[in-house]
Amino acid sequence: MLTLFLLLPLAGAVLALILPKEREQDAKWIALVFSGLAFAVSILVFVRFDPSVEGYQFVDRFEWIRAGDAGFSVQYALGVDGLSAPLVLLLGLLSVVSVLISFGVELRVKEYFAWLLLLETAVAGVFMSLDLIQFFVFWELELLPMYLLISIWGSGRKEYSAMKFLLYTITGSAFMLVGFLVLGLQAGTFDIAQLTANPPDDALVPLAVIFWAIMLAFLVKLPVFPVHTWLPDAHTDAPTAVSVMLAGVLLKMGGYGILRIALPILPEQAQDFRVVLAALAGFSVIYGAVITLRQQDLKRLVAYSSVSHMGYVLLGVSAMGAVGFSGAALQMFTHGTITGLLFVMVGLIYDRTHTREIGEMSGLIHRMPLIGTVMLLAGLASLGLPGMSGFVAELTTFLGTFDAHPAATIAAIFGVVLSAGYILWMVERIFHGPPTERWAHLPDATAWWERTAMGALVLFILAIGIYPALITEAVESGIAPIAAIVEAGA
Amino acid sequence: MSATEHLHHIGPALVLLIGSGVVFSADLVTPRRASLWGLTLVALVGGFLYALWHATSGTSGEALSGAVVVDEFGLFFAFVIIIATFAVVVASRDWADGREQAAEFYALILVSAGSMVLLAQSNDLITIFVALETTSIAQFVLAGIARDNRGAEASLKYLLTGAVSAAILLYGFAFLFGIAGTTSLAGIADFVGTADEGTRLPLMLGFVLVAAGFGFKMALVPFHGWVPDVYQGAPTPVVSFLSVASKAAGFAIVLRVFYTGLGGGGTFISDDWAVMFGVLAAASMVFGNAGALLQTDVKRLLGYSSIAQAGNIGIGLAAVAAGSTIGPAGVLFFIGTYVATNLGAFIAVIAASQRLGSDEIADYAGLIRRSPLIAVILIVCLLSLTGIPPTAGFIAKLYIFNGAIQAGETWLVGLVAVGVVNTGVSAYYYLRWMRTIVMDEPLEAWTFRPAVATQGVMMAAGLAVLVIGLMPTPLISAAQRAAAVLQ
Repeated sequence: MLTLFLLLPLAGAVLALILPKEREQDAKWIALVFSGLAFAVSILVFVRFDPSVEGYQFVDRFEWIRAGDAGFSVQYALGVDGLSAPLVLLLGLLSVVSVLISFGVELRVKEYFAWLLLLETAVAGVFMSLDLIQFFVFWELELLPMYLLISIWGSGRKEYSAMKFLLYTITGSAFMLVGFLVLGLQAGTFDIAQLTANPPDDALVPLAVIFWAIMLAFLVKLPVFPVHTWLPDAHTDAPTAVSVMLAGVLLKMGGYGILRIALPILPEQAQDFRVVLAALAGFSVIYGAVITLRQQDLKRLVAYSSVSHMGYVLLGVSAMGAVGFSGAALQMFTHGTITGLLFVMVGLIYDRTHTREIGEMSGLIHRMPLIGTVMLLAGLASLGLPGMSGFVAELTTFLGTFDAHPAATIAAIFGVVLSAGYILWMVERIFHGPPTERWAHLPDATAWWERTAMGALVLFILAIGIYPALITEAVESGIAPIAAIVEAGA
Repeated sequence: MSATEHLHHIGPALVLLIGSGVVFSADLVTPRRASLWGLTLVALVGGFLYALWHATSGTSGEALSGAVVVDEFGLFFAFVIIIATFAVVVASRDWADGREQAAEFYALILVSAGSMVLLAQSNDLITIFVALETTSIAQFVLAGIARDNRGAEASLKYLLTGAVSAAILLYGFAFLFGIAGTTSLAGIADFVGTADEGTRLPLMLGFVLVAAGFGFKMALVPFHGWVPDVYQGAPTPVVSFLSVASKAAGFAIVLRVFYTGLGGGGTFISDDWAVMFGVLAAASMVFGNAGALLQTDVKRLLGYSSIAQAGNIGIGLAAVAAGSTIGPAGVLFFIGTYVATNLGAFIAVIAASQRLGSDEIADYAGLIRRSPLIAVILIVCLLSLTGIPPTAGFIAKLYIFNGAIQAGETWLVGLVAVGVVNTGVSAYYYLRWMRTIVMDEPLEAWTFRPAVATQGVMMAAGLAVLVIGLMPTPLISAAQRAAAVLQ
């Protein structure tokens, strides 16, 4: 079933590419159908996922590279547990949303949707891989579609931003590969479950070096200060749908990698550096929030708020305990839906106003009540208002980390205050204030695809805010074994 | 063993060399270029079938008093070289047909390819030297075959560096012979196995000189000076031949001389040659990539990129020396995929430059709309050169790096780190080229497509790159079988 989830978007991408030129508009529908089917599969996986069962479920496995000699046998192995199942669901959801909000794309339509679908396949592979090398393959595979999507369909300094994104990621992942190879040699396998069960206690190079080699890739992706600078550029210049995917699922690859690979395979090193991680996290939260306050560009504002919010994920991780991890995992899921929605809204506003300068907009609520309302809702969710999904995640994170790192936690809580500031201030400046003549003729969100995209995300945000057990049950079942290993490493 | 049996052992090489004579003679009787082309292909198919005969009939063992040997290793390279040459010849037809020297071109390619096949099965320093020189001399002429200023410069440069490196190589061989008292690789291996520490210094001197001599063929820094100019100046079909077949043969013989003769892991000098190749590899990757960053000419860019790629193979050689059991097969696998990848890239460049009339990257703007097939093949191959999955280049790098780590030396982990960082650097210039192809506005609107035969070999190379990337196991097994005979 997971292989199906992997192959559906790929099949859609191939179909879209081979469309004849005169029917290129059909690529939209192909993309919608295939990402929709994949979403259906991800729902099915999530619903049929049994949190009471230990280990990975829906496993598909065969030997991909068979090379007799020790240490070079690579598997194709897919599976999900409580940590990855929600992320797979999130990916399915956001992919459909991305396709929907791209219905207005006119430039090189076939290729656009093909790359978007290929991106989904690549990220899906990252979330479901049970083998380090396979994980790395998908991690790299994601680069190319992202690079092209930003540099062809982006705006502004798109080529610069795309190249920056690519070089940051590729450099980070290069060291990760070295780390994986050394670990694989030590353990004689690249299987994540086996490595987790028997963490190596020695290797060719000090384990601390391996830990940081691997963490670097994840921290770049998350991203965390000081390796975050690619993110605002990439976000600002990317097309809306790509921003949604980037904020919604691509950043989660970093957090997921930390929880799935770095911590359980190298628990002692993780414990050794917990304070460093907490400090990085606390600083990222505050730094991201302060920079966000200063943004005049709507999209950059949301982008920087991601730096701040992903700091919570690292903060939860640095607690090295079950509650903190759960908070981090929840934060990844909820940030995916909330920031995804924020980027959708930013895109819709930009489509109408053709500017992202906050200072130029005023009183838009009078012209577009629906967009204004949903934007406000997304903003409130983002600043952690109770009753919405962000609150659950942040609260859990802080509960988990306060004992371990009181200073960093307090800093992060202060970050929440700041986020209330920049979100409300932004909403106030754009939607309230006197309506101006310049914006007198803006249409609201009327197209069915715009409304469906918004509606789906709002539904998820509210549902989880009101009834968190929808995903917490799964997340906790996935976190428990990881937390047990990491706590044992103390 | 009868005379025919001796000849049977060098059959594939003989077929190619005889084919070369036939092409020369045919030029005297027929004015038709097409038949020269056809004859060349027939000779190559003949050589291929002969090698296949060796493989399936179980022909093996030494011949000509141990000067050559038929084994899995030699056959692996015989296939690689012949297939690569075949593809180059198919793709060069348009280019060669327009020239007076078509017959010379085809015949010299056959001489060179035949000597390479012989080189890969050489088992003795003297045969190695003779085969290497025969293939090189043919290439010196090939580099200048266009008879223009640039070609002449390239040819002369190639000749001069080639001559010097041949002298150095011979000097190194003399040392090895002087110490070991034999020119046979097996004999040298026996000597190294039983020698004492006192011979270490002269042995080192010998193999450093040998590596320097071969370094020219492999285009390792600091023996790479000729590469950019020859790549730019020589005709593209010749360059593609140099960059795939010649390079494969160069690494083949290095692997045989060093691995069989000096021993990987465990002998008293294996650490020395490990460090030597480690240093050469690091330097090649750093300087090759740094040089490539600045290039605007596609052939110069591919030249520098080939230096950097040679550095990757150098990592593999260092791993072999350090005793990695994955290493030797990794080197063979890398060479196999590199040949397919570079062939695809070069054939695409040959096809494109014929029509574009230029080798500037800027003139590749919007190629995807002007000639989608060439563009797609080129992109696949460039991705493979970068090492991005799911292409063969990714698996090849993974294999080489993993082999180096498996040797279990901390400094090799560092070398691999240098390798992966360089992969990131190389992504910059490969992607810049791809970006021009995909994103920029075409300079002119007219579209074109290459000749059918060229399309065929191009697609075969592109497909090979993808298929090996997705299902690498068959080629890995072949590489392992070929590597196993060296130990």
